Amino acid sequence: MTVGGWEAFLLIVRRELVLSFRRPEQLLQPLVFFLIVTTLFPLGLSLQLSLLRDISPGVLWTAALLSSLLSLDALFKSDADDGTLEQLSLSGQSLTLIVVAKTCAHWLVSGAALVVVSPIVATALGIPVAAFATMMLSLALGTVTLSWLGAIGAGLTIGLRRGNVLLSLIVLPLATPLLIFGAAATERAISGSSAVGAMYFLASVCVFTCTLAPLAATAALRITLE
Amino acid sequence: MSSGFWSMGGYARYVWPCFGFAGVVLAWNLWSARRVVAAARLRARRALEMALAEDASR
Amino acid sequence: MWTWFYKLASPPHVFRVAAAFVPWLLGLAALALGYGLIDGLAIAPLDYQQGDAFRMIYVHVPSALLSLTIYTVMAAASAVALIWRIKVGHAVAAASAPIGASFTLAALVTGSLWGRPMWGTYWAWDPRLTSELILLFLYVGVMSLRSAFEDPARGDRAAALLAVVGVVNVPIVHFSVVWWNSLHQGATVVRLGAPKMPGSMLWPLLAMWLGFMLFYGAVLCMRLQGELLNRERQALWVREAIKS
Repeated sequence: MTVGGWEAFLLIVRRELVLSFRRPEQLLQPLVFFLIVTTLFPLGLSLQLSLLRDISPGVLWTAALLSSLLSLDALFKSDADDGTLEQLSLSGQSLTLIVVAKTCAHWLVSGAALVVVSPIVATALGIPVAAFATMMLSLALGTVTLSWLGAIGAGLTIGLRRGNVLLSLIVLPLATPLLIFGAAATERAISGSSAVGAMYFLASVCVFTCTLAPLAATAALRITLE
Repeated sequence: MSSGFWSMGGYARYVWPCFGFAGVVLAWNLWSARRVVAAARLRARRALEMALAEDASR
Repeated sequence: MWTWFYKLASPPHVFRVAAAFVPWLLGLAALALGYGLIDGLAIAPLDYQQGDAFRMIYVHVPSALLSLTIYTVMAAASAVALIWRIKVGHAVAAASAPIGASFTLAALVTGSLWGRPMWGTYWAWDPRLTSELILLFLYVGVMSLRSAFEDPARGDRAAALLAVVGVVNVPIVHFSVVWWNSLHQGATVVRLGAPKMPGSMLWPLLAMWLGFMLFYGAVLCMRLQGELLNRERQALWVREAIKS
């Protein structure tokens, strides 16, 4: 029974989501980490809420970046461990399609979840509600890009000792523009000025990454699976 | 070369460490490259000796 | 006519050529650097605004240019190795990475020492400095990834892919002063149109740049010999080569 491309995509996304929801704790961990890291800053700096607002975009984005890194390891690891990844690569479906499906599913349970949780964190940091729309949109674009950068990094580091450390070492330098512009966009939204420039930048980086990263991630998997 | 050269118009404590660090980087590159080649030659020699010993013992 | 080009894919040939080039490249580099240093430190006139401090340009700019050039060479060699499966490419990339990282560090440190008297600070989180720092992290990432694999061939391929992915940072570093408001000054030499610097200051800079490039070539050839020996340890040509 041959399966068309779109059907294969949906099948794999569905499989990933089902597997993820079988272990809800695994899903919650990065989110809880996001909350914890965000609270560390005001506790460590013991700032008033009004002063906290100044550093809040940076804190929010740094915490989002770090908690995304936590969940990236799981993108390919369990499938690589039990041989499913090899079977998928031999299945006759395009490996790129499989990678796109897995990354999309991964974003749905990590990045999208982060975006949904962000208003709570933002309130804790004193970010005004008026800035939420821009903040959430910037986080959405940023986490999509990050999922793709992470797919490349995860593809390269499957099965290595200290793979997570290497993964962070690879992904974080590439992700710094996201941090800079995401925080800038949120900053502008808080102060009431136009965040359009920063948002355009985030959007263009997102599109650029979504276009080229699947190729790089597939190449990375081929190198690892050989 | 008067003392004016060495003082670099008062900026000596930036200019000379600057050139000094660049010199250190150049020197490190030469030293490190020499070490890499020497280590590679040594390993290749050992591999050759082991291969010859295996051939001889057959 | 193109045989010399095709022969570059052959490890023993490249090994011999590299060994032969080293003394020439080092000698020419010494000449260029010698002239550049003497002219730049002693003869070139004072800058109107910066006085003698501007002389730091003679190590800072070549280091920075070299850090970008070496990354580009590393990425190009990696791409060649990945696409056409030419192992010499991996050797060139592996040899270039530590050299490039050292010059990136040199650029950051010499720039920092120049920044203190000029801008009043050793560091600023401005686009040019930040992207150059990211370049250093990318170099370290490539080197770490290569050494993390037990199978060296797989390590080479993984590091090669990362090098190619990271090359997107090179134009960012170069154009950062154009795209953003940067503390760092704009491009004076590597740009379309005539350089924005008077000849008496420019010539020693070009000489230092040339000297640094020739130096990179020499060190690359040295390291390349080591990399080729390590990768081809079992091959017959290696046995001949190490007897000498």
